[in-house]
Amino acid sequence: MKRWQYVKRLAPLMAMMVLVLAACGREDLSTLNPQGPVAEEQFGLMKLAIILMSIVIVVVFAISLFVIIRYRRRKGDKTIPKQVEGNHKLEIIWTVIPIIMLIILGVPTVQSVFNLAKDYSKDPEAVQVIVTSHQYWWEFEYPEYGIKTSQELIIPKGKTISIEAKSADVLHSFWVPSLAGKIDTNPNSNVNTMYFSAPKEGVYLGKCAELCGDSHGLMDFKVKSVDQSSFDRWVAAIQEPVALPSDPAIAAAFESKCLTCHAVGDLGGPAFPNLTGIGSRQSVGGILINTDDPQYSNEGSTYDNLYRWIKDPEKVKPGNQMTGAYNLTEQELKGIAEYLADLKLNYEQ
Amino acid sequence: MKEVPTLAHAHTHTVKRYSGIMDWLTTVDHKKIGILYLITGGFFFLVGGLEALLIRIQLWKPLNEFVSAGTFNELLTMHGTTMIFLAAMPMIFALMNAVIPLQIGARDVAFPFLNALGFWTFLFGGVLLNVSWFAGGAPDAGWTSYAPLAGTTYNGDHGVDYYVIGLQIAGIGTLIGGINFLVTIINMRAPGMTFMRMPMFTWASFTTSALILFAFPALTVGLVALMFDRLFDANFFDPSGGGNAVLWEHIFWIFGHPEVYILILPAFGIISEVVSTFSRKRLFGYSSMVFATILIGFLGFMVWAHHMFTTGLGPVANALFSIATMLIAIPTGIKIFNWLFTMWGGSIKFTSANLFAIGFIPTFVMGGVTGVMLAAAPADFQYHDSYFVVAHFHYVIVGGLILGIFSGLHYWWPKMFGRVLNETLGKLTFWTFFIGFHMTFFIQHFLGLLGMPRRIWTYLDGLGFNEMNMISTVGAFLMGLGTIFFLLNVTVTAFKPKNAAADPWEDGRTLEWTIPSPPPEYNFIQTPLVRGYDAYWKEKMDGHTEMTPAEPIGPIHMPSGSILPFLMSLGLFIAGFGFMYAPDWGNLGSLNTGYIIGAIGLLITFGCMITRSVKPDHGFHIEVEELLHDKGGKA
Amino acid sequence: MSAHSHVEGQLPHEPEKATLEGRNKILGFWLFLGGETVLFGTLFAVFLALRDQVLGGPTANELFQLPLVAAATAILLTSSLTSVFAIHALHTHRVKALINWLIITVVLGLGFLGLEIYEFYHYVHEGHGFTTSAFSSSFYTLVGFHGAHVALGIVWISLIIGQLMKNGLNTTTAPKVYVAGMYWHFIDVVWVFIFTVVYLMGKVG
Repeated sequence: MKRWQYVKRLAPLMAMMVLVLAACGREDLSTLNPQGPVAEEQFGLMKLAIILMSIVIVVVFAISLFVIIRYRRRKGDKTIPKQVEGNHKLEIIWTVIPIIMLIILGVPTVQSVFNLAKDYSKDPEAVQVIVTSHQYWWEFEYPEYGIKTSQELIIPKGKTISIEAKSADVLHSFWVPSLAGKIDTNPNSNVNTMYFSAPKEGVYLGKCAELCGDSHGLMDFKVKSVDQSSFDRWVAAIQEPVALPSDPAIAAAFESKCLTCHAVGDLGGPAFPNLTGIGSRQSVGGILINTDDPQYSNEGSTYDNLYRWIKDPEKVKPGNQMTGAYNLTEQELKGIAEYLADLKLNYEQ
Repeated sequence: MKEVPTLAHAHTHTVKRYSGIMDWLTTVDHKKIGILYLITGGFFFLVGGLEALLIRIQLWKPLNEFVSAGTFNELLTMHGTTMIFLAAMPMIFALMNAVIPLQIGARDVAFPFLNALGFWTFLFGGVLLNVSWFAGGAPDAGWTSYAPLAGTTYNGDHGVDYYVIGLQIAGIGTLIGGINFLVTIINMRAPGMTFMRMPMFTWASFTTSALILFAFPALTVGLVALMFDRLFDANFFDPSGGGNAVLWEHIFWIFGHPEVYILILPAFGIISEVVSTFSRKRLFGYSSMVFATILIGFLGFMVWAHHMFTTGLGPVANALFSIATMLIAIPTGIKIFNWLFTMWGGSIKFTSANLFAIGFIPTFVMGGVTGVMLAAAPADFQYHDSYFVVAHFHYVIVGGLILGIFSGLHYWWPKMFGRVLNETLGKLTFWTFFIGFHMTFFIQHFLGLLGMPRRIWTYLDGLGFNEMNMISTVGAFLMGLGTIFFLLNVTVTAFKPKNAAADPWEDGRTLEWTIPSPPPEYNFIQTPLVRGYDAYWKEKMDGHTEMTPAEPIGPIHMPSGSILPFLMSLGLFIAGFGFMYAPDWGNLGSLNTGYIIGAIGLLITFGCMITRSVKPDHGFHIEVEELLHDKGGKA
Repeated sequence: MSAHSHVEGQLPHEPEKATLEGRNKILGFWLFLGGETVLFGTLFAVFLALRDQVLGGPTANELFQLPLVAAATAILLTSSLTSVFAIHALHTHRVKALINWLIITVVLGLGFLGLEIYEFYHYVHEGHGFTTSAFSSSFYTLVGFHGAHVALGIVWISLIIGQLMKNGLNTTTAPKVYVAGMYWHFIDVVWVFIFTVVYLMGKVG
């Protein structure tokens, strides 16, 4: 029985150390595998805390184990042990040592708090992005370029991205774990700021991290870090005018049933996700991944995803605002899905 | 239960003594109220546990559709709300009611009528909250009910109304209980029991009661404001009316953080009692323990914004709250080491109660250290609202509080029910629950670090979350099994003869073990004289088998039972429904039906209050003959 | 439980504290007032956070008429003074004086409430209703909660006057009087804060 307890005590500790040290998790998602300086700074603080706290765990577990083995009552033992009131010296020791440990953790914590609160909103080198969260999609505006896009935040690698975060409805939270910790998005005047950068090119997964309704868990987005020239090309490409579908019937349907809410190029309305270049994005609706080799039930070709989404958005993301907003015939649906799948932006080399 | 004594009579009026169901509906006896809290809290624990299992089934594999997204949000909201307000707190109150008056040598709490009222408001509040499941939808904005999601703009059905009103009614009971125990402990200790001679469970309950007193009014204001927003179109948290969503967060967490210390401090008290008794050693560092308890309670009010690090409070606030939060680790660490050194040099017996207490220590430390990790704000930017936090708080609440409650229940069961719980089943309960617990929640730390947010209905495949979620689900079922073993134990034990000794563990140190199991209605024939800390142990070590009485035998005045607490709570329950459904139930004549019903409910409550005020309660006396009769039987 | 104190003849000096029940009630009520302090404190914090969100409605400066509020304050403060006289009568065992001072206290309380109801009625006509803005919601909730406490206190003291008339002054009724007096002082203190934070600060801006 006692040896079992021994194993039970130590096993979690061992497992924890092994897993932590294995620097595990996806490069595009894990906080333990930081891909940018902000996430790295946060990971450093995490490691410091884990090391300090492991010392506490080891000491407590060791004393616990010793005590329950050494001082267990032998069968039939009726003796009364010595009643000890306390020990002043010990009290001092186990007050002072934790205080020292907290100072070791507290100083870098405070330093980091202020470091991560740096304001880059006036920095000419930084790229300014306004993040607005909605139920259940992410809007990204680049005020310096007059660009609005959605679901995919394209950034130049290595440059500081200065974020202004707010919400159009309920509370959400903007989280790209591999690049930086999260910031909540609040409605009205409680606008927040944060910054991060992505030195390596790649696509990083973003998650909503504040309960916001039925599709809170499906409100994924992407951060795509590209080289500077690709970014410049993207900035130019997304501002080009976009042609309507070539088929007049599809174009009419698209204009009357979609462009009342959405925008492509300089046509349409601003309130809902901008569809310019949607054919080049990683996903449809943030959650249906565009791939030619679908492996999971949320994956499919861009066309299939668009078709699926537009046909029954409620099934994909319950509670979203497209549900019931329009009526399309099967032909219109297919035509629009095809049109949108072809709305690509050429910016990558 | 004890038969109604025919010798009981009061001055010159007839005394109504109830029996059967009416006895339980009208009781003002702290011991019976404790049992009522235990049964009801236990029931809601099962409800919350079922909700947890449904959550874990939905999450056992990616892209699962076991429940809908909307239902999932209801499940997670009700799981948290039920477990904290309707299971954990009532079970804490059960033990406080059952034990505190006995530990301080008192015959009841200071306000027996209010004590009953506290129970019935809790019951009706909890029932109201759970009616939502059958009435078109439970609340679904999380147990934290953040605005604007909890407002009518984004949450039009009645779910959150049930949350607001159910918690408001239940919260009244908690506040009443807090005041009751504070006055009881301050004014009604037996002669010789100075503050520094009180048992640790009494100290812990005392501090907890002070926290309740100062934390619950903040929640009251928050719930009132949210209710006004929802029912009467106010603009506290509605951005379109100038309201502020972050204000809700502040109000909620100014309550919410002390609340979690309200949850854990009684468990700390239980551990002190159990570890000491089953090591045959006095608590190591008693005065440090008292100091640490009070410091934790005090600091608990200074750290609320560590739940809001990502809200955008600014670096100064984040830095201050980080440091303040880390500081709580100091008194907590003091307590851990004092427990370990209580056992050091002792003679440790591994009863079920003690297994839970010993299991608590390393488990709670694990939860505590993740708490220190969370305290570092920049790191929290990653942990916050991920499964890392879910793991942390389940470690401290389940691995801390629930293990503590299991320990206390096994320890004090003979005192409450006159029967000792079966040891084999107890050990089975412990190991199944303990292993299941670690299996469920240890792995969740990693899920959070790997990028899994909390409160998500489902997760995508291929992210590396699958196996860990599966393990977590299996662990949850193991915890369910452990709970079943406990229920089995309770059932099996109920059929044993009611013959537990006054001091069934034979090493009792405190006053509750000096009276029969279960105690007579009046607890002590004569109030005992306390000559030191661990009052009973002191007598034992001086060769006595009983306490020295502090007063001669005389007639004992007892308060009468009353149906008013039940009716008052029923009135609030009715009023709640009336106000909630006022927009939906049309008009009766020219008046809104809902408001009429609301008014009727409030009238019932106020009518009962006035009745109580003008109708005197003379109580009744237990006469000396009966006391001598009991005393004879006791020897 | 403790025995009744049916004190034959002489009432003890502080009759409200002569029994354990009385002492429990008084301590319990002090603690309750501690909780009420947090309650009103939170309401004040909410008000302070939201007082600038007038949303196009009238501002505090435009709305509040200090003479009316000053009159209400004077009335309430006086009623607190009369409740002090009542307690003095309690301690000197003069039941008739006690009842009379309580009656005056109630009347003054009614006067305060009357002025406040008139004040609210006036504001609604100025476009400052409960649902107008965040400022208005928090104003009415804070000041209205206080008013509700005054109303409850009036009912409570009236019931006590009735009990004193029926049962006289004894160690059972004395704690009720004392505790009601504590309550009345408390709502008076809260009003002083409301007058300062809501009205005076509202005028100064």
